[in-house]
This record gives sequence, structure tokens and C-alpha cells, in this order.
Amino acid sequence: MDLSQNHIHNQSAANLYYQFGSDNSFPGLGTQQQFPPFTSPFGASPSTNIPHMDWNPATMLDNLTFIEEKIRQVKDVIHTMVDSGGQLSCHQGEIAQKKQVVNADLTCLIVQLISTAGSLLPSLKNSSFLRHPAAGHMDMANHVGPSSGLVPNAMTVSEENKEDMCSPEDYEELFKGWTDGTIKEGIEIGNVLVEEQDMKDGDEGKDGENLPPGSCELLQLEKDEILAPHTHFCSICGKGFKRDANLRMHMRGHGDEYKSPAALAKPPRDASAEHELVKRYSCPFVSCKRNKLHKNFQPLKTILCVKNHYKRSHCEKSYTCSRCHTKKFSVMADLKTHEKHCGRDKWLCSCGTSFSRKDKLFAHVALFQGHTPALPSEEPKTCSDQISHAGSHQESTKVPNSMGSSFMWGASSGDNNALDIKGFDGCNDDFLSTANFGSFNLSFGPADGFTGEPSGGSFSMLPSEHFQSA
Amino acid sequence: MAAAASHQQQHRHPKRRRLALALTTSPTPDAAPPLDALADELLFLSFALASRACHAAESRHRRAVRPLRADLLPAALARYPCATRLDLSLCARVPDAALSSSSCSASASAIRAVDLSRSRGFGAAGVAALTSSCPELADLDLSNGVDLGDAAAAEVARAKGLRRLSLARWKPLTDMGLGCVAVGCAELRQLSLKWCLGVTDLGIQLLALKCRKLTSLDISYTMITKDSFPAIMKLPNLQELTLVGCIGIDDDALCSLEKECSKSLQVLDLSQCQNITDVGVSSIMKSVPSLLELDLSFCCPVTPSMVRSFQKIPKLRTLKLEGCKFMADGLKAIGTSCVSLRELSLSKCCGVTDTELSFTMSRLKNLLKLDITCCRNITDVSLEAITSSCTSLISLRMESCSRVSSNALQLIGKHCSHLEELDLTDSDLDDEGLKALARRSKLSSLKIGICLKISDEGLTHIGRSCPKLRDIDLYRCGGLSDDGIIQIAQGCPMLESINLSYCTEITDRSLISLSKCTKLNTLEIRGCPMITSTGLSEIAMGCRLLSKLDIKKCFEINDVGMLYLSQFSHSLRQINLSYCSVTDIGLLSLSSISGLQNMTIVHLAGITPNGLTATLMLCGCLTKVKLHEAFKSMVPPHMIKNVEARGCVFQWIDKPFKVEMEPCDVWKQQSQDVLVR
Repeated sequence: MDLSQNHIHNQSAANLYYQFGSDNSFPGLGTQQQFPPFTSPFGASPSTNIPHMDWNPATMLDNLTFIEEKIRQVKDVIHTMVDSGGQLSCHQGEIAQKKQVVNADLTCLIVQLISTAGSLLPSLKNSSFLRHPAAGHMDMANHVGPSSGLVPNAMTVSEENKEDMCSPEDYEELFKGWTDGTIKEGIEIGNVLVEEQDMKDGDEGKDGENLPPGSCELLQLEKDEILAPHTHFCSICGKGFKRDANLRMHMRGHGDEYKSPAALAKPPRDASAEHELVKRYSCPFVSCKRNKLHKNFQPLKTILCVKNHYKRSHCEKSYTCSRCHTKKFSVMADLKTHEKHCGRDKWLCSCGTSFSRKDKLFAHVALFQGHTPALPSEEPKTCSDQISHAGSHQESTKVPNSMGSSFMWGASSGDNNALDIKGFDGCNDDFLSTANFGSFNLSFGPADGFTGEPSGGSFSMLPSEHFQSA
Repeated sequence: MAAAASHQQQHRHPKRRRLALALTTSPTPDAAPPLDALADELLFLSFALASRACHAAESRHRRAVRPLRADLLPAALARYPCATRLDLSLCARVPDAALSSSSCSASASAIRAVDLSRSRGFGAAGVAALTSSCPELADLDLSNGVDLGDAAAAEVARAKGLRRLSLARWKPLTDMGLGCVAVGCAELRQLSLKWCLGVTDLGIQLLALKCRKLTSLDISYTMITKDSFPAIMKLPNLQELTLVGCIGIDDDALCSLEKECSKSLQVLDLSQCQNITDVGVSSIMKSVPSLLELDLSFCCPVTPSMVRSFQKIPKLRTLKLEGCKFMADGLKAIGTSCVSLRELSLSKCCGVTDTELSFTMSRLKNLLKLDITCCRNITDVSLEAITSSCTSLISLRMESCSRVSSNALQLIGKHCSHLEELDLTDSDLDDEGLKALARRSKLSSLKIGICLKISDEGLTHIGRSCPKLRDIDLYRCGGLSDDGIIQIAQGCPMLESINLSYCTEITDRSLISLSKCTKLNTLEIRGCPMITSTGLSEIAMGCRLLSKLDIKKCFEINDVGMLYLSQFSHSLRQINLSYCSVTDIGLLSLSSISGLQNMTIVHLAGITPNGLTATLMLCGCLTKVKLHEAFKSMVPPHMIKNVEARGCVFQWIDKPFKVEMEPCDVWKQQSQDVLVR
């Protein structure tokens, strides 16, 4: 076995992974040769039936053309940004939008590149000790393809790679071109990116050196790394995963040796790892409190923290709640959490914040001066607005008229409310009249009392309890 | 517009007109202060109607407006631009429209106090109109708003300057509404949340955090627990805390307080908090060093250790222990621990014995008020101790202390020279006792109902020497006749309230003499069968301030009496007509008393459903009507609903018709038999 060759491959793989910042999974890849799941493909005997990726330069060319095309698009966008930025007339929102487009395109590019490079790697390795690819070693895409449905980019690439192989020189050249390409791409894309790229290189160098003595290892991932969808990549096919566990499961598809319990188990913590420094992360956004340059710097504990922090704090909130259409999130998980509760947050504050629990709202109101609990607008209105038209729907009841009454009522007539009060007014007129003095009309007395009665529309049934009379 | 000034009849009355003329000569329009000396009724009816100038003067003079009808509110406010107080207690129904229309008039901006405690029919919109139109609003009483909830509270919260607010019985109110008020009305000094069952600790905590200026807080019958109790007690200015019937307050809550956490608290009412014991009460004493008044009525047994803890509140002046059970020596401990007490209530307490009470009383020499109602075990021994040591008593209530002899009761008159209020209902008091009392010329309230031994002679002593008497209760004093009453009526011109119920010997002569008591506002002559309309008509003409009248079972009183009432008694608010000989005509005439709120009309043979319905429709201010159940089916339901819609509540009585009345002694015997059983 050609160890030096193997080492080179390891290095390139390490570069690849390093670039995507999976520091957790590959703590000391450069020095540690025997790290089971990832080193074994390279150190494994060729006689084992590892499925080797068949490689087609035409497909690779296609891929690269696609990548070039993509880069050109990105460049165009950035050019327009530069132009409009010079005019100072560009809207903030427009810029943000364009940034986002660039971001997305770059992410896509990276994935493409990785996928392409991933398809290249095993073949390269294969060719290094096996001059011609074994005919029985069919395309791994046949194996991986179906299982890689989660990652469309990777899959399309690998499926395109079904056709047969190329010479190792080409691979090497291509691989070189790929690495150059990234750098070139960075330069071409524009100052911003170059700067970032530079910063990244510098930071990666610095991270190890600038450790505060004896405390922890401080790492700063770059924006692109943070925003990359996956952090774990298959060293054989390049398929990306969000979790190491998923990658391990994936690795089983590459051969039986990955099926051993030891391989499937969590990577064992080395005794040496215990002595290793705790890792802490810095946010790449300068002036952020989580950035190491901040004077009250507070490091982030895990990569996940970094990712979530960066997305939450420094990225556009692109996920909008499908229920309320107002709440926006930059982390999908936050959206999911919100959507679970959306609409159930009935505790509102006057500032517009809503809470799922009343005590949370009250704690909020207690904390902020001037904030007050807000009532939901659809709250049922109070009694006066819900007056039932009791009077108008009453069926008429017969009044016993046999009591020798001198007053005849319209009670049994059709219109219940049109009480025949005329006669009444007449008979009481002497002492129940309306008084007019001066300019002021003071109306007293029962006659008025009646005409001023609520008409049919405003009757309501009032609860009889609890009202105390004098 | 004002309640007192309600009727136009009177200015046509010749006598009235003369008075009006006489008055116009004296005050000039500028002389506002002299106007204060006039009764409201005179002011409005006679003075204001005399001339335009006087009318204008009266408009400027009036500060408080009490409209009879909510729909005239805008006119009332326009007429009285200087009014600062708006009292709507006579308007049973105040629709939102009335409140919003009144807000249109610019004059509402001077209003500082609004009382809507007896009004219904308004909602959040009405409250919104009120608060938006009265920027000066500082005092708002919205008690009994059983339908009002968070939305209305949010509107209340817009009145930023509110200092006094009552939201009692707002059952739908929750923490949200209270939170709005707490944030909005930061100036609040007094707040009542009594019976706001929806309010919990969260809301109260926020209130305690935001309204730091609160001095008085009533959260009776709410569900607050120990969670919010410390927050309340830490309010820096809280002086008065009422926690009646808070079942969530237990010993845990009381013990959770820190030492001296409420230095400002002066009045603490824990009555009917069923879940606290002497341990909790003892514990809270360390937290409230400035306490002046403590109410533990119906709360927990009184133990000596608990009473000794009162030593931590040396300023304690008022202690109410109504309905408490005294454990061994608990009462004695009061005598040793609470020497500064001014007021002590032991009403309905168990375990009050002669030895303990007399020991305690001998120590509490500064006591001014003592209530030993229904302490049935005490005898002459206690009374001797009370009268000999507490000579400065101004109030003594000892209803149903039936083992105290008439001789001992004489001691009250002999020793308690400052007595102003005395309740000897259902006691052994006789004429000699009254004669002794007669030396006490400061007496203003005398309740000697069910004292069968007293006669006209005793009353004569009272009438001759108690000119300040305002309130006398002679319920079921069977031995009295007209002569005694005449003596009272002549000797007590300040009389405001008299109860002659079941004094069966009373005739119209008494009423004629009582008609000279012009301040009389309450007359109860229930079960005086010899009284006729003649006597009542004299009362109606003489006692213009009469507001409460009970003539149940005065069988002789008929429509004539009602006609007089309708003509003259325009202050009448409440009347009980049961068993009288009044017919539809008399009843209908009552409807001209525009402020009439409360009627009891049961077993009136002469009333027909039509007459009743007409009266109900015409009395626009009715809030409560008691009727016989039989009428329920006879009065058209939509009429009932109509009246109910105006804010009136019907109560249907189903008592059998019973004319005959037991003599007073039989009645008393029966009531004591019940006690023995």
C-alpha cells in the first residue's frame, strides 16, 4: 500500500472537509492516520469489493461548464451591485435581495463543486493503485443514487457519473483545476468574496495560534461554511449530511466494513481528546458580540450554535409563517416551532408581541414601561352591543281584561311595543306635563318617562342577580 | 334635572310660588356661597325658576349633577357647566348612546367624578366615550358592572388621571383587563376589585408593580393566593387592605411575609378568610407595625397567643372579632395586650363570659365603641364592668343581650355620659332605664325595638332631653301609644328615621305630629292597622325629604294617601304597599314620583294587572319591584321584559295572604323559643 499516496489523498480530503468546517468530526485529520470511517477507504485492500465510482470526463466537463455558467451569473449580479452601490441610489432592500441571490448561488456552487470533487476522489484513489478500474466495480451511483435522494445536487452529479472513467492524470489536473477554480472564483467574484476568502485563510491560521493560554481553542467559521447546508460529507461519494450519525449510516452502503458495530458506533472519544482543549466558536460577523474582536466577546459553544446564531442574527429572515404570514424566521426549526403554536398565542402585548402563556406576557408587561396587555380584537363585545330584540319577537299573550280596568292596552294586538299609551297621556296630562322654562327644556314626569323609553331595538335581558336597589 | 328637583307641579302651587318670590329678593347671582345654604329642592324649584339671572346663577353654582334620566344627560351637562360630579345612581339603565352623546357636550370636560355604580346597560363603548370626554376624570365608580369585562377595563385605562376606581363585581374581568388598568392608571390611589372572580395573582402582581401610589386596595372575594400577597404588602403607600373572604389566603401566605414589610398599612380586613388560623394572624403582626384597624371577623378562633402577638402593633385602635370563637383566656388577653383600643366588636362571638369580659373591660378604659351584640351569656356583672370603666363610650351595641336585667341597663344612662349611639334591641329595658338615658343629651341613635316594657312615659323622658336624636327604632314596642310618639316628634326636630312597625296602638295623631320633623327621610309603620291616609297625607306634606316608606299592613291606607305622596313626596325612592287598600288609581299616581326605584306590591286586593302594568311602564327609574307570583302570568311578558330592559329587577313573592298579627309579647316569646331550640 502506498502510504504516501494515501496521505496525499487524506490531505486533500482534509482540505475539503476543513473548508467546510466540520471540525468536530475531523479533529486531527492531518496527523491521525487511522481514523476509522474516513481513513479506511483509502487504506483498505483493493480486493474488497468497494464500489468505485466510474468517472466520465465529459460529465465532469459538463459539470464544470455548469459551474462556470453559475459563476458568471454570480459575477453579473455582483457587478450590478457594485455599479449601483457607486450611485448610492440603490435601495437597501434591493441590495439585501441581491446579496441573498449571491449567497444562494454560491452555496449551490459549493455543493456542486463538492459533489463533483467527491465523484472524482474515489476514482482518483482507485487509479492510484489500480491502473485500470475493475469492470465489476460498477458505478457507486447505482448504490448511492437511491439512498441519496435527500441531496438532489449530489445525486444528480453522481448519476451523471455513470459512464466510464478517465486517466489519473486528468483527474489530478481536474482536481487541481478545481482547487484553483475556487480561488479563482473567489477572486473573480469580487472584492468582497476575496476579502472573505483571505480572512478565512488568515483566521484558520490564526485560530490555533491565538488561543488564550490554557483556556480553549477558538474557532471562527466563515459565513459560507456556516450557511452550507451540510457539514458531514461522505469521503467516497461526497454526499453531504447534516449529522454524523446519518453519514455513518450512509457509509454502510459503501461496503460491509462500515457495517461493523465499531464503525456504526459514535466515534470513540480518544484518550488524547480528553486532554484537548475545549472548542469555542466565534461568529465571523465583526462587531457582533459573538465575534472574538468584540470587547465583551462571548463565544459560542458548538457549531450548531454558530449556525443558528449566524442565521438568526445576521441573515435575512426568509422563512415566513404560512399561518400568520407575518412572523419571519431565518432558521427553519424556529419556523417549525412557531408554526406549531401560531394562532395559539393569544396573549398579546400592545407592542405587538404575542405570547403563548399569560405569565410570559405579564412578565413582559412588567418589564417594559408603557407596554400594556392588548385584548384580541375579536373579543365578544359587552352586553350593550349584544342586545337581543326580546320585545319584538315576543308572542303576544292575552291579558285578562276582566278586572274592570279603565285602561285598555294594546298588549294583545300585533305590535307589542306600540303600547297604546295615548289614552294614558291624555288622562295624565294635567299633572304629568312637560315643563318648558327659559331656553332650557326640562322634561320630567312619567309622560316623558314613557316616550323616552328604549324602543324595541334596545331591549336586553339583564341578569336579575346582584343588582342591589337602594 | 337634579334628583331633588324633579317636579314642575310645585312651582304652580301657590305656597311654592310665594316662597319663590321671597327668595328672589335676597341672593344676587354672584353670591354663590349663600346658595349652599339652600336645600337642593328649593334651589332648583324656587330659586332657579324665578328669573333668568337666578337661573344662570344656579347653573353656575351647581357642582354635583344627579340626573333622573340618562337620555337627558347632555342637556344636564350643558346646563351645569361647572359640575364636577356626575352621579348616575338614579338611572338604572344608561345606554352607551347616552354616555357618548353626553361626551359631545364640551361641558363634560370639567367632570372629575362619575358614579355609575347603580347603572346598567352600558358597555365598553360607553366607558370609552366617558373616558375620552372627561380628561379630568379622577374618581370613577363602575361597581356592579356584572357584564363588563376586559374591553371595558381597557377603556377605563385611558383615564390616566384616575385616582379612585371601583370595578367591584366585574365578573368577566380577567388579568388582561386589570393589566390594562394597572399600566394605564398609574396615579391610582384607591382601587376596588371586590368580587372580580376572574382576577388572579398575575394581575394583582402587575398592579402592585405598576400602581405604586395605591393607598387603598380592596380585593375581597378574589382568588388571590400567597403568590401575590407579598407583592401587595410591599406597596410603599398602602394604608388600607381589604381581603374579605379571600379563601386563597392561608397561614402560608401570612407567614411568608418578611419582618416589617408594610410599614404604611393601617387598616387590614381579613374577615371571612376561612383558611387562616391564629398561627397566621400571629405571624403577620410582625409585618404590619403601623396597624390601626384589624378585622378578623368570622375568621379564626381567638387564642391567647394570637392576642399577645397584637402587642407588636401598639397603635391598634380598632379590633373587630365578630363571630369569632374565644379560646380559654383569649378575651382576657385582649385586656392585657391591646390597651390602646378605641373600638372593639365582639358581636356574635362564642365563649364571651362575664368573668373574661369584665376583666377585659376594666383594662380598656379608653374604649369609645363597643359591640357585644348577641353575647347572650353576659349578665349584669359585665355591664357593671363596662359602665364603670368605659365611661367615655360613645357607641354601645348590645342587641339580644337578654340576660342583662333592667336595673343594670339603668347603669348605661348613669355612667356613659358621652353616649351617642345605643342599641338595646330585644332587651329588658324599661322606663327607668330610659329615664336614666335621658340625661345623655348627645344621643343621636337609639334602637330599643322589642323592648316590651317601655311605655309612653319613658319616651317622654327621651323626647324632652334628647334634641339631637336622629334615628329611633321602636319596632314592636307594643306598650307605646300616640302620646309617646308625639313627645318624640316634638322634642326631636332632627329626627331623620323612625321605625314604628307593629306598634299597633299608633294612630294618625302620631303621624301628624311627626310631620313636623322636616328632616324625616325614613318612616316605617308596618303593621299599624289604625293608621289611615289622613296621617300619611300629613307626613307627605310635612316631610318632603321622605325617601323610604314602609306602610305594609296598614290596611286603612288607600288611594288618597298615594295621591298625596305623589303630589308632595318627590324624594321617595322606596315604598312597601303590601296589604294596603290601594287600587290602580293610587298605584298609578305614584308613577309621577319620578325617582321611585323600589316598590313592593304584594297582596293588594285593589290592583289589577293592567294598572300594575301601567305603573311599571310609567315609573322610569324602577330598579327593583317585588310582586306576588300570581301576577307573573297576568302581566304581559313583553311588558315585564320592557321594564327589565330599563334596568329593573323583578322579584316574585309567593307568601300566603296573612292578615292577622301576633301581639308583641307572643311574638317575642316565639322568637326566644327559637333561640332555646
